[in-house]
Amino acid sequence: MLSEARFANDAPLLDVRDLRTYIFTRRGVVKAVDGVSFQVRAGETLGLVGESGSGKTMTCLSILRLLPRGARIVSGEIWLQGTNLVTASESTVERVRGKQIGMVLQNALAALDPVFTIGTQVAEPLVLHHHLSWRAALRRVVELLRMVKVVAPELRLHSYPHELSGGMRQRVASAAAIGCAPALLIADEPTTALDVTTQRQYLDLLLELQQATGMAIIFVTHDISLVGNMCDQLAVFYGGLLVEYGPRQQVLSQPSHPYTAALLQSIPQLGEARDRLPSIAGEPPDLARLPAGCPFQPRCDAALDVCRTGEPPPVLKLAQGRAVRCWLREREHDRGAAGSP
Amino acid sequence: MTEALLEVRDLVKHFPIRRGVLGGKQIGTVKAVDGVSFAIQPGETFAIVGESGCGKTTLANLILSLMPPTRGDILLRGQPISSLSREALMLYRRSVAGVFQDPYGALNPRMRIGDAVTEPMAIHGYPRDTRQQRLREVLRGVGLSADSAQRFPHEFSGGQRQRIGIARALVLQPPLVILDEPVSSLDVSIRSQILNLLKDLQAEFGIAYLLISHDLATVEHMSDRIGVMYLGRLVEIGHAKALCRRPRHPYTATMLAAATPPGRTPWALPIVGEVPHGLDIPSGCAFHPRCPYAQPTCRTSTPALATVDAQCQVACHLYTDSTPRAACPPR
Repeated sequence: MLSEARFANDAPLLDVRDLRTYIFTRRGVVKAVDGVSFQVRAGETLGLVGESGSGKTMTCLSILRLLPRGARIVSGEIWLQGTNLVTASESTVERVRGKQIGMVLQNALAALDPVFTIGTQVAEPLVLHHHLSWRAALRRVVELLRMVKVVAPELRLHSYPHELSGGMRQRVASAAAIGCAPALLIADEPTTALDVTTQRQYLDLLLELQQATGMAIIFVTHDISLVGNMCDQLAVFYGGLLVEYGPRQQVLSQPSHPYTAALLQSIPQLGEARDRLPSIAGEPPDLARLPAGCPFQPRCDAALDVCRTGEPPPVLKLAQGRAVRCWLREREHDRGAAGSP
Repeated sequence: MTEALLEVRDLVKHFPIRRGVLGGKQIGTVKAVDGVSFAIQPGETFAIVGESGCGKTTLANLILSLMPPTRGDILLRGQPISSLSREALMLYRRSVAGVFQDPYGALNPRMRIGDAVTEPMAIHGYPRDTRQQRLREVLRGVGLSADSAQRFPHEFSGGQRQRIGIARALVLQPPLVILDEPVSSLDVSIRSQILNLLKDLQAEFGIAYLLISHDLATVEHMSDRIGVMYLGRLVEIGHAKALCRRPRHPYTATMLAAATPPGRTPWALPIVGEVPHGLDIPSGCAFHPRCPYAQPTCRTSTPALATVDAQCQVACHLYTDSTPRAACPPR
């Protein structure tokens, strides 16, 4: 983990400002990402947490400009080391992908091409972006495979993806993602398809790679208990909004948004004595049919009148770099501001 | 001790792997379930935890009598099901119901919910008015409105579909329900609703559950006793809290270490290697290539499940010299 002071004067590596990505369908406009802002500093890990359809994956695809048909960035800026990726040309973005930003997906088998050997696939970005010869690239691949703890990497160069186990495939996909020493790695649910023990080994490996390379990581997951101690910052998504953002420790121990608080309460923990779990009523919203006002309002125990009408809550900045989108906190803040001179 | 509701005795299920035209030549065997024994008492929750490929779903399918075992037997209230006539087997199937992982795949998309939920009653020859009355009861019981009966599966969300699956399992009032990963395909914020519902139904009707899952925290929360399965065998059986506080088998300790978020591991137990393929199970104790305590004996002889104390049975050579030990210090 890196101290705040060390980067206090540095500009963030990635700065996402008021990003709006909408999907235009025949049934209407789906606001998949609606006014999301966050920053990632060099060497830092950001956990993007949310359930299915909360907008976390669309946020990542927006950063990489890999949006599916019908989806478009409507407004906002995505600054990566001085380039605005929203307005950058396609050829600029192509140079960024794989070189400055690496990506690991949930399903490594789908991410790897079945007809090419491991060696070819991991070497390809090195040849493309760093203009290495294939011979030199393959030598570097052996080092990379060793870094991700693949046993006998020289032999594995000639293996095909189907010959590897699930955990091994995810390591190979990671080796390809970090090959060009990207400043940022986006890992979208990288452990969901893995076994419990394999999942843990992979997380430990990611942290080790981060320490070795100094890259920043955006770790996307639906499982808030997984991000545990591994993230520096947490961003909690709900219904296309980033509802809570801040240092991991503070968000987990004193959640500010009612959704974060209720979610943390509802997850069983090892070694606890609770006989009954507090649960959140209702279901996560369908982005195509969002309720009026705050997307969490129908499930929120503390909802006010203002939550049910009008606009989604605005972003409220709190101390320690935290931010929350909740009318309750907004009202508390107003009262506090009115009370003090 | 009261008579066990369900007893599984040395259950074995091997799948032959054939190759060639007409599947003539057998080239190997997947030992999905390889000598599993345990008992479930009325009204208790017994959990089987294990990673993918350990045979836990095959075990569920065997108990649901969806496939015949290769060897061994399943006894319901002392009656072995292998000895049952066709009619008696129908009675067995009324007593053991299942709730499955994927609530989307478990429902026929062209069948109205009312028909889907009461289908087991129709099969067992209940008259229409009894079915309708029971339908209203179970829908209320699982928290669905009465008008759900007229609707189709696609009109429901994942959590609601899992409620429909539970209603269908309960419609014949079985004493035992097999829950195969009942919440793992659901969104995180609705899992606790379903877990609470299952606990409420158990308290109300005294149902016994066989819960099958890979998630130790959920299993500890839900169960009275836990059996840990690795490559077709039970390696440890114990009381839920005791097993999670003081794991005996090194594999149980590994699972626990993996279930604790990174940076919070209470002990440093290395997780070595990956689960081998079911076609290629290591000799002796199947866990020995990944075990930090492996000794030469572990490579050659398979440890049997032995009683360590009143609450715990372990299949591990570390415990055969009858000295009580723990694979890791208590938390």
